[in-house]
Amino acid sequence: MNTELLLGDEAIALGAIDAGVSGVYAYPGTPSTEIMEYVQEYVKNFQEPIQASWSVNEKTAYEAALGMSYAGKRAMVCMKHVGLNVASDAFINSAITGVNGGLVLVVADDPSMHSSQNEQDSRFYGKFAMIPIIEPANQQEAYEAIKYAFDLSESLKLPVMLRITTRLAHSRSLLKRGHQREQNPLNPEKNLRRFVLLPNNARINYNYLIEQQKSIIEISENSPFNKIFEGTHLSKAIIAFGIGFNYVIEVLQKYNLSIPVLKIGQYPLPEKKIKMFSDKYDSVLIVEEGYPIFEEILKGFFGNDKFKGRLDGILPRTGELNPDIISNALSIKTKVYYEVPEIVRPRLPQLCQGCSHRDLFDYLKKILSNYPNYRVFSDIGCYTLGALPPYEIIHSCVDMGASVTMAKGAADAGFRPAIAVIGDSTFTHSGITGLIDAVNDNSPVTIIISDNRTTAMTGGQKSSGTDRIVSICKGVGVEENHIRKIEPLKKNEELNIKIITEEIEYNGVSVIISERECIQTAVRKKRQQS
Amino acid sequence: MKKDIILSGVGGQGILSIASVIDLAAIKSGLNVKQSEVHGMSQRGGAVQSHLRISDGIIYSDIISLGTADMIVSVEPLEALRYLSFLKQDGRIITSVNFYKNIENYPDETELIDELNRLNCLMIDAEKVAREVGNVKTSNMVVLGAAMPFLDLPQQNIEFAIAEIFKNKGQNIIDVNIMALRKGIELINL
Repeated sequence: MNTELLLGDEAIALGAIDAGVSGVYAYPGTPSTEIMEYVQEYVKNFQEPIQASWSVNEKTAYEAALGMSYAGKRAMVCMKHVGLNVASDAFINSAITGVNGGLVLVVADDPSMHSSQNEQDSRFYGKFAMIPIIEPANQQEAYEAIKYAFDLSESLKLPVMLRITTRLAHSRSLLKRGHQREQNPLNPEKNLRRFVLLPNNARINYNYLIEQQKSIIEISENSPFNKIFEGTHLSKAIIAFGIGFNYVIEVLQKYNLSIPVLKIGQYPLPEKKIKMFSDKYDSVLIVEEGYPIFEEILKGFFGNDKFKGRLDGILPRTGELNPDIISNALSIKTKVYYEVPEIVRPRLPQLCQGCSHRDLFDYLKKILSNYPNYRVFSDIGCYTLGALPPYEIIHSCVDMGASVTMAKGAADAGFRPAIAVIGDSTFTHSGITGLIDAVNDNSPVTIIISDNRTTAMTGGQKSSGTDRIVSICKGVGVEENHIRKIEPLKKNEELNIKIITEEIEYNGVSVIISERECIQTAVRKKRQQS
Repeated sequence: MKKDIILSGVGGQGILSIASVIDLAAIKSGLNVKQSEVHGMSQRGGAVQSHLRISDGIIYSDIISLGTADMIVSVEPLEALRYLSFLKQDGRIITSVNFYKNIENYPDETELIDELNRLNCLMIDAEKVAREVGNVKTSNMVVLGAAMPFLDLPQQNIEFAIAEIFKNKGQNIIDVNIMALRKGIELINL
C-alpha cells in the first residue's frame, strides 16, 4: 500500500479520486481551496477523466454537482462554511430531490476565524437539510470517509455532507492509500418527477425524507466513525466530536487518565449509543469543534447539568479547540514556562509590495479627502486589508458582493458619494446581480472593480470573468461611457484620479475597472517562463 | 523518539519549505509526522507559524500544547519570541538575527536581542551565510542547518528531502539549498 504525506484537504481530494468521482466543483475559499487544487494537479499529471474546474460561485458549483449526480455519476462539491450560505438554496432542496449518482458536499468550517468573517457551524445546515454528516478526526479518516460518504449517498439516494475544520484541512499527516475504483457509467435519473419540486411532488419527496430519518439514525448507531473507547473512570466521561477527539486523547495519554470516550464522527447522533454511554456517568464533557449544537440538544431545554462544555464555560464559548483547553476542562493546569515579552507586537497581514490595490487605495485616499463624510463599501478579498493602516479607506466587508448592493442602498437613502470597491472574482461571484439592481433603479453609485485577473487571496485561482469584465458591465446595462478602465500604476496617478473623480461626480451608475495583474501571479508566471 | 517543533517567521520567508523538508526527512527515517500550517490571509506579510510534530508513536493532536515544544525554529528574531509560551522549560530557540521590519512599531533591535539572550537561544546571521552561498533566499535552509544537531534526523535524509522538495526547480536550486544547509550545520560545529 502507498503512503503519502497529505494535508487534510488533499486527503479528501485523493479520497474522492479513489472513490471514483467524475466531477469536482468548487469556489476557492480558505480553508477548503486545496481540495480542488490537488484534484486539478492530479488530473493534469495522470490524465484522469475527472471534470475539475472552479465555478463562478458555490451555488453554481453545487448545482453542477447535482446535475452530474442526476446523470448517474459521482460528484463532489467543496466550499468554505460561508460558501454554503450561498449554495444553501441548492443544498437544502437537493435533500428533497435526493440524488442519483453519489453526491458529497465537503464544507470546511473556520472556528477562530483564521481567514473568515464568522465561525458558523455547517453541522447546523446538515441537520436542517436532514442528511447524514461525516466529521473525520484525522487525515486518514478523511480519506476513507469520502468513499464511505459516496457509498452512503448512493444507498440512501441523498446528498452527504463531509464537515472538516481549518486544523484538519491544513495539517499534514501520513496516510495509507487504498485502491482506485471505477467511475459510474452514465445513467440518468429514471424517475422523471423526482427532481421536479412542484408542490405535489415535493410533498411526496419531503415525506420520504422524513421516513428515511429512522434508518439514517440506525446507520449512525453502527457507523465506524462512532466508537466507544473504554476507560476505568466511574463517574466521568467525554463525548468528543470530529477533531476534538485528537485533543482529548492527547491529553488523556499525556496525563495518564482513563476516562471513557465516545467518539462521534457521523450524524445524526446515534441516540441509543449516546444514551447507553452517558447513562453510566454523572458528568459528561461534550467536546465539539464549533458551535455547541449537540451539547445544547443533549442538555435539553431545561438544562441537564450532567452535560458540560461550551455552554457552561468549562470550555470557551467560541473559537477553535486545542489540547490546553481540554486539559483545563479536566482541571489540569498546563504549565507555561516563558511568557511572551511585552515588546512582541502583532504583525498583521498586509498587501504585497507592488500590489495593484495599493495604487487604487492611494488614489481613493487623495480623492476622498475632499469629501467631508465619505464611506467606501467593500467586499471580500485581499483588498479588505484596505481597512487596516496605512490605508484605512474601506468601511465594510460583509459577504460576497455586498459592496455593490450596500452602496446602492446607501445611495437610495441619499448618501453621496456611494462608492463600492470589489475584486474581479468577487464581482463575478455575486456582484453582477447587484449591479443590475443599481442599473434598473439608475442609482447614483460608483462601482470600482479592482481587477487583478485572479482570485488572489486564496492563492491565485482562475477568476471567472477575466478579460470579460467590461462586456459583462455593458451587458447588464451600464452606459458605455460610464464604464472606465484605468491601469493602476504610479505614472498614471494624475489621469486615474481625474477619471475616478469624474465618475464619482456622475449622478448615475458608473463602473471603473482598475486592472493590473496580481503581483504574486505575475512573479510566478515570470519565474515559470525563465 | 518525539519532537515537537514550532516553526515561525513572516509570510513569504519560507518556513513552509523548512517544514516540508523536515516532514519528508522524518518519514524517510521511518517516523510519524503531523504538521499544521497557516494558509490564507495571514500569508500576506503577516506572522506565520507551523506546528511540527515527529514521533515514533501515534500522534493525535495537530497542535502542540503550551509549555511542551522542544524547540522554536525561527527565520526572524521577533517571530522567535511570539510563540514563547509553547516552549518547554529546557527547550531551545534557534533563530536568524535578520530583522524583517514591515511594521511601523517594530521593537528596538537591542531590546529584542537582549530578550533572546536571556533564553536558551542560538542566534545566527542566516542571510549573511545565504548570501555567501550565492542565494539569499536560502536563509531558511541555513536556519534549518543550525537546528540540525537538535533534530536527531540523519543529515542524508534531510538532504534527500531538500532534493525532493526542490526537484521541480532544477539541480542548481537543489545544490544551493544543500550548500546553505551544510553551512548552517558548520556554524554550530565551529
